[in-house]
Amino acid sequence: MATSIAIRVHEVHKKLGTTQALAGVSLQFERGRMHGVIGPEGAGKTTLMRTVLGLLTPDAGSVGFYRDGVPLRFEEIRASVAYMPQTQSLYADLSIDEHLEFFRKLYGIDAAEYRARRKELLEITQLGPFVERAAGKLSGGMYKKLGLMCALLRSPEVMLLDEPTNGVDPISRREFWDLLYRLADRGILIIITTAYMDEAERCSVVHLIARGKTVAEGEPRELLARAHVSSFDQLFLRQDEVAS
Amino acid sequence: MKDSAVEVQNLSVRFGDFTAVDSISFAVRRGEVFGFLGANGAGKTTTIRVLCGLLRPSAGYGSVAGVALDAGEMAIKARVGYMSQKFTLYDDLTVEENLSFIAGLRKLDPAVYAKRRDSILAFITFQRPLNALIRDLPGGIKQQVALAASILHDPEVVFLDEPTAGVTPAARSRFWALIRDLARQGKTIFVTTHYMDEAEQCDRIALMRAGQIVALDTPARLKAEVFPEQLFELEAVSPVHYGDMDGLRDHPDVAFFEPYGMRFHVALRKTVGGENLRRELASRFRVQAISPTLEDVFIRTVEGERR
Repeated sequence: MATSIAIRVHEVHKKLGTTQALAGVSLQFERGRMHGVIGPEGAGKTTLMRTVLGLLTPDAGSVGFYRDGVPLRFEEIRASVAYMPQTQSLYADLSIDEHLEFFRKLYGIDAAEYRARRKELLEITQLGPFVERAAGKLSGGMYKKLGLMCALLRSPEVMLLDEPTNGVDPISRREFWDLLYRLADRGILIIITTAYMDEAERCSVVHLIARGKTVAEGEPRELLARAHVSSFDQLFLRQDEVAS
Repeated sequence: MKDSAVEVQNLSVRFGDFTAVDSISFAVRRGEVFGFLGANGAGKTTTIRVLCGLLRPSAGYGSVAGVALDAGEMAIKARVGYMSQKFTLYDDLTVEENLSFIAGLRKLDPAVYAKRRDSILAFITFQRPLNALIRDLPGGIKQQVALAASILHDPEVVFLDEPTAGVTPAARSRFWALIRDLARQGKTIFVTTHYMDEAEQCDRIALMRAGQIVALDTPARLKAEVFPEQLFELEAVSPVHYGDMDGLRDHPDVAFFEPYGMRFHVALRKTVGGENLRRELASRFRVQAISPTLEDVFIRTVEGERR
């Protein structure tokens, strides 16, 4: 992948019902980096993801996609953007293989490409031995990996993952991050949201969101050093003190 | 053992030919905050269900708050409180309706209930109207009300199964302050969590793997036991690909390897090869001696024997 995708979110406002979910958020995502959107429950993370994906239209502000600095229409890149929502629509009674087959048809992937892709994905997720197992019988960590695999079938250039590690134990979390870093090695732009503050340190750039706004951005350790705190929990606790 | 709030000896639970809990033994002191950690499927929830009187063990002995597990489930249930991440309160009922419903289930006398309710709501410093709907409360407050509901009948032992999943850092910190207060009042707290910074706040931690307890001690002693070698953090001097680290991960002189993003926690074997490797690493990475986190301890203990 020789090209470089970037996403710019500028002053986006979005009201959902009576809640101002996004209140002027601005951020920039660039290829080759692992972007973490970090924030507590209700900060606006999911709304931000859905706005970037074009599932929600901003009330004000804009979301722009760029290839090598040249603006793209969303339609031109849509097929290369993968999304893994927080609650996944997988079918409990379909096996891993049946899911892959289903998404192959849905995305219209040709047979040769599919075979190569399937083999590769089963290898990196280590789900090969379980292809016959129904999704409803997978462990939490394996279920998340299946979701990721379905999202990756189309060889995306951009991946948005909404709290993929929520409720998953440390071992499965570490396997999941391992997988993400191997994808980032291939030049995929990865944007991940998480409410686990200790996961912030696993990203190369973090964007801290609270109450619909970006409150801090940068390389995780630099951010902590600048704020004179030792953890992201402390950083958010301070935000709360400032706000109240 | 008079001071034990929970005591378990050779407890096993089998479902068909699957052994969910495999002959575990441990004791929890009265007033202790006891952390129960393990991968999903390790047997934590099954153990808790047994200790709450919801499930009969297949073998072994246990007692909770001085009551033997075979004394009948009602005897146990009166002495334990239980709060889980899901399914604790009804979203479309008010705070008062939820609490009085639970008081009804617990068969509390109305006068006793009113007194307990007021004192517990004061304890969690609940400042909203009692007729607020649960669904209108912020996650953190909802969670505190769920805690209140689980201690309404004044149980001696409180089981908290992943109580803080998904709430804000401020709410988590507040919740843990409440937990420590309860322990100081003499309640025994038995808590499961996937947050290692919370595990850090427990008096002692048991680590479960495949139905067995593989480690049990204070956080500080666990770190020392599990990491006899010095742990280092590596940070690449010039950009590296994540996949380039695989050689180090599989190196025979590497005793432990765990990525934290693009930083890596590494323990080296106390061998000549290990010493050579340390010198070699210093030329490619910024190497810093660090103390292990509980996450490191967890991963090495639970996964360690696989390597």
